[in-house]
Amino acid sequence: MLRDKPNPSDYLEEPRNSSRPMEKTSELKSTFIPSGTETKTVAHFQVEYLQFLNEDGELVQRGPTYLDNEAELLEMYRDLVFNRTFDLKAVNLQRTGQLGTYAASLGQEAIGVALGWALRPDDVYLPSYREPAALFRRGIAMSAILAYWSGDERSMDFSGPSVNDFPMTVTIGAHCTHAVGVGYALKLRGEGQAALCSLGDGASSKGDFYEGINAAGVWDLPLVYLVTNNGFAISLSLEGQTACGTLAQKGIGAGIKTIQVDGNDILATRYALEQALEHARDGKGAILVEAVSYRLHDHTTADDSSRYRNKEEVDAAWRREPIGRFKKYLMHRGLWDEAKENALQEEAKQAVETTVQEYLNIQPANPGELLFDHLYETLPKTLHKQRDRALKWKGGSH
Amino acid sequence: MPEITMVEAIAQALRYEMAADPQVVILGEDVGCNGGVFRATDGLQKAFGKERVVDTPLAEVLIGGMAVGMASQRLKPVAEIQFSGFMYSNIDNILNHAGRMRHRTRGRLSCPMVLRSPSFGGIHAPEHHSESPEAMFAHIPGIRVVIPSSPARAYGLLLAAIRDPDPVIFLEPSRLYRMNRQEVPDDGEALPLDVCFKLKEGDDVTLITWGAMVHETLQAAKLLEEEGLSAAVLDVATIKQLDMESILNSVAKTGRAVIVQEAPLTAGFGAEIAANIAEEGLMSLFAPIKRVTGFDTPMPLAKQERAYIPSPARIVEVAKEAINFE
Repeated sequence: MLRDKPNPSDYLEEPRNSSRPMEKTSELKSTFIPSGTETKTVAHFQVEYLQFLNEDGELVQRGPTYLDNEAELLEMYRDLVFNRTFDLKAVNLQRTGQLGTYAASLGQEAIGVALGWALRPDDVYLPSYREPAALFRRGIAMSAILAYWSGDERSMDFSGPSVNDFPMTVTIGAHCTHAVGVGYALKLRGEGQAALCSLGDGASSKGDFYEGINAAGVWDLPLVYLVTNNGFAISLSLEGQTACGTLAQKGIGAGIKTIQVDGNDILATRYALEQALEHARDGKGAILVEAVSYRLHDHTTADDSSRYRNKEEVDAAWRREPIGRFKKYLMHRGLWDEAKENALQEEAKQAVETTVQEYLNIQPANPGELLFDHLYETLPKTLHKQRDRALKWKGGSH
Repeated sequence: MPEITMVEAIAQALRYEMAADPQVVILGEDVGCNGGVFRATDGLQKAFGKERVVDTPLAEVLIGGMAVGMASQRLKPVAEIQFSGFMYSNIDNILNHAGRMRHRTRGRLSCPMVLRSPSFGGIHAPEHHSESPEAMFAHIPGIRVVIPSSPARAYGLLLAAIRDPDPVIFLEPSRLYRMNRQEVPDDGEALPLDVCFKLKEGDDVTLITWGAMVHETLQAAKLLEEEGLSAAVLDVATIKQLDMESILNSVAKTGRAVIVQEAPLTAGFGAEIAANIAEEGLMSLFAPIKRVTGFDTPMPLAKQERAYIPSPARIVEVAKEAINFE
């Protein structure tokens, strides 16, 4: 819900400018018939953009009602800081040989946090792999996330209270059709839950995505697709990915409602996702939300982004990053100061250190159990011999 | 009791299980008011409604992916891919997701789904409609691959596949859909998965086959019989998980193994059976293991498909080579 009346504390004296990070216009002349021949418009579409907080942390319009809840705002900020602290530590662990390849979420933290706040525990979340903050909110231990990136299947149940959530999808975009099945199941049961499928700009080029959003439209499923447009799919920037000026407009092609939000504005992203999920839960149909952000880190720790983008571009993107802007907003509101900031940074560091110790203390798995015990509900007879062999040769070197 | 065809037996099994278990849903192209292009889902949408018998958009990846998503939320989807040649785009869904969901989530989510598809040649269908993809699926961990070859086995195995807690690829030989009729009691009795069916006892050679080739192989056994040669015939039925015990027992008795498959020779499922016989049953063999197969070429279009599919005469020739080996 948007607040009815402006709250003076939310406004600065001067009206502020809303800025859209991707200023590329998406006006598309759809006809190819030369002028002189008469055609008439049979359909007309437009894509809306939502922002509450501009790059300077200033409100550009009346904000959502939860701006009245100071404790909640501070908790959202805490989530952002924990996400970034965790992320930096994970990269550091990889650099020092204590973690496998890791995909950092640097610069995109607002999206994971917004997701975590917008989803209800009984919704079904089909995550992308750059949203640790959302996983934290789903009740998944930081140490389990580290264990996954270290190459240990045992943490992969990602078990939290939301028992129907999916594991991360590594075959990019495949979960876009799984989400249709999940949404269909939720609709059949009619218990008012929604599914949320989170993907990136690269995934939006895949057939799975198009097949998924199309079907979600056909059946008016309680399903939200969140497309995080962070500018890159590994090395390929958006211009190489699509001729579409926005990714949101792909939803129009599927007949579903859509919006583009400033994904570095946590207020706008949370609000758009909350509205989209509510719309879906109410049985009003599927939604596509494009959240525009920028991947400040390399694709993963195995990538070197200096091969395909220049420093000026990255420096410019740093000015739009989400955490500093939200901090400025909290400071404008008088809710935050440097002393509180230092205390929070210290708390986050301690919490992450503790989780790293838990992670480093995990004992090696038993390969028989690891490989075979969750392959089928009951291990077929034919595999008993293979399981015994895996057990006998565990360690592999002798 | 009326005798019914295999495709009618499939519809009968689907109807039985939809009535018995409200979690069962059917999805695919034209499966609803049209009843499926072969009529395997005939009358089901009328009986169970559009919500449970779902006409999907023309999108095979969607069908496979939806089944994964539905199954993860404890529905029991039975998805139809209209022809086997259109299944290949679903390898990602089957290999990376359906077969691994239980493993990837350490048992929290699972995929109790069935992906049905009319397979194999012999019905003069257009290009890409007559594939034999079973070995590709058999290579995938975490799933089962089941291939019926009679009305009764189609009924019992399909019930078992739907009730199985793990994903099953169910390949239906389209040329057997209406070839033979049989009495099939609608009693909801499933047949066991992971076991071979002994279709004929014999002493001189074991003919091992599955799917549509069961028909030609039984004809070959009859021709051999006329020449005084006694062939045992095994229908593997579930190629994954493979029941080697039944195969080895039969080969121990006959000393000769001939594997008959419609699929191309190289890396076909016959190679897996041959390797297992070589590993576990070498000492009972009087002759090298033989294979009668399609060729390492695409399945030809309708006019030449019989030149590709092993004929009873080809099977007889190879069986005699094995029997006469010195």
